[in-house]
Amino acid sequence: MQVPAHVDYERAASVDHAVALLVRYGPEARILAGGHSLIPMMKLRLVQPELLIDINGIGDLRYIRQTGAELCIGALTRHADLLDSALAGEHFAILHDAERVIADPIVRNWGTVGGSLCQADPSEDLSAAFAAMKGTMVITGPDGRRTMSAREFHTGPYETVVGPAELLTEIRLPVRPGGGSGYQKVSRRTGDWPVGAAGAAVWLTDGLITEAGIGLTAVGATHFAAPEAEDYLRGRAATEETLVRAGEIAAESCSPVTDQRGPADYKRHLAGLLTTRVLRLAVARARGQAA
Amino acid sequence: MRVTLTVNDTEYTRDVEPRLLLIHLLRDDLGLTGSHWGCDTSNCGACVVWLDETPVKSCTVLAVMADGRRILTVEGLAKGASLDPVQQGFATCHGLQCGFCTPGMMLTARWLLNRNPDPTAAQVREAISGQICRCTGYENIVRAVLWAAKNGGTE
Repeated sequence: MQVPAHVDYERAASVDHAVALLVRYGPEARILAGGHSLIPMMKLRLVQPELLIDINGIGDLRYIRQTGAELCIGALTRHADLLDSALAGEHFAILHDAERVIADPIVRNWGTVGGSLCQADPSEDLSAAFAAMKGTMVITGPDGRRTMSAREFHTGPYETVVGPAELLTEIRLPVRPGGGSGYQKVSRRTGDWPVGAAGAAVWLTDGLITEAGIGLTAVGATHFAAPEAEDYLRGRAATEETLVRAGEIAAESCSPVTDQRGPADYKRHLAGLLTTRVLRLAVARARGQAA
Repeated sequence: MRVTLTVNDTEYTRDVEPRLLLIHLLRDDLGLTGSHWGCDTSNCGACVVWLDETPVKSCTVLAVMADGRRILTVEGLAKGASLDPVQQGFATCHGLQCGFCTPGMMLTARWLLNRNPDPTAAQVREAISGQICRCTGYENIVRAVLWAAKNGGTE
């Protein structure tokens, strides 16, 4: 029987209250959102916080809305909320593609977007999606809010820039016309972590790629991104040869490791193949040729 | 810590340790053993119950997180003596053999049918994709849910 070790528990009524609790209890306190990563980790004693600060009652951390030229996603947004959001899907097909393959429908009902990002698993899907979209993270602490590029958010496996007295409160994605995006994942079975996965976003003007974002997960890509492949794409025509070459560059730039999900060379092959496939999808969507 | 939660329309108040999992509160403290405790790792779905409006895996929810919320377990699925159409479907279509996964499967099926009264077989399979059955190969479970959809599946 797996049960967590003894832990104290406080319920935060607001973000300010959560921050005050983090300040008071120090680094042995952990934020509890959906708990679908934290509670399994606690059962296995991989983490053993002294205090859980439950933020599930903070209703104003759960929203998806457009503010000006940004889509803003509250950190407590459940995965199912994002998958159900027509607004999110309209602007960023990549988010619906990714959410459809994250865990399973029941886990998605309680697991949160912010929790997944802060867990910072090196195989996490939304980290790659937000890297591809070049999102911005809003982090709240005792000195107020600060923002950080999604590509600077993760500092290593299971590590982020969020300090001991801070919490992630919002993710912002820039909304720009003329773009398309997509996400694809290969996993051993439904609901599993990826063997490899890629997300892409492209913006086209007169057939030329004006801007591109590529996110990779589970393949050891620094900051879940492939900036060399993005540089290659910028200013080129969105031809099949170009998209294939961008996939090759993405594959060369990542550093997968051999583990129970597959050998490193296979994962590198996947990284290239999936990058090209999601680029094709993103281009087709930008042209209005794919749903 | 004192928690008050409403399970199948009955309010319960208990003193619990914060580390107590919801599945153990339901089974061991409240005696509602219809929810099954399976893999402990949120993979198998035997412990699925509704937490407010949605099914969750109750081995991955702390009992304190359910404070002030509503829970629906398999014991609350029937309306008095009248079985839910999902339960009738499982009985009619032999949607179970050993029965271990059945309570969780039925609670997810009820949620699916409330959201989508006329699902395709593929949509049923997607809905139950986080739940494991070792007996049926899922064929009869899918049939049971589709039977419920055709025979008064909506509430």
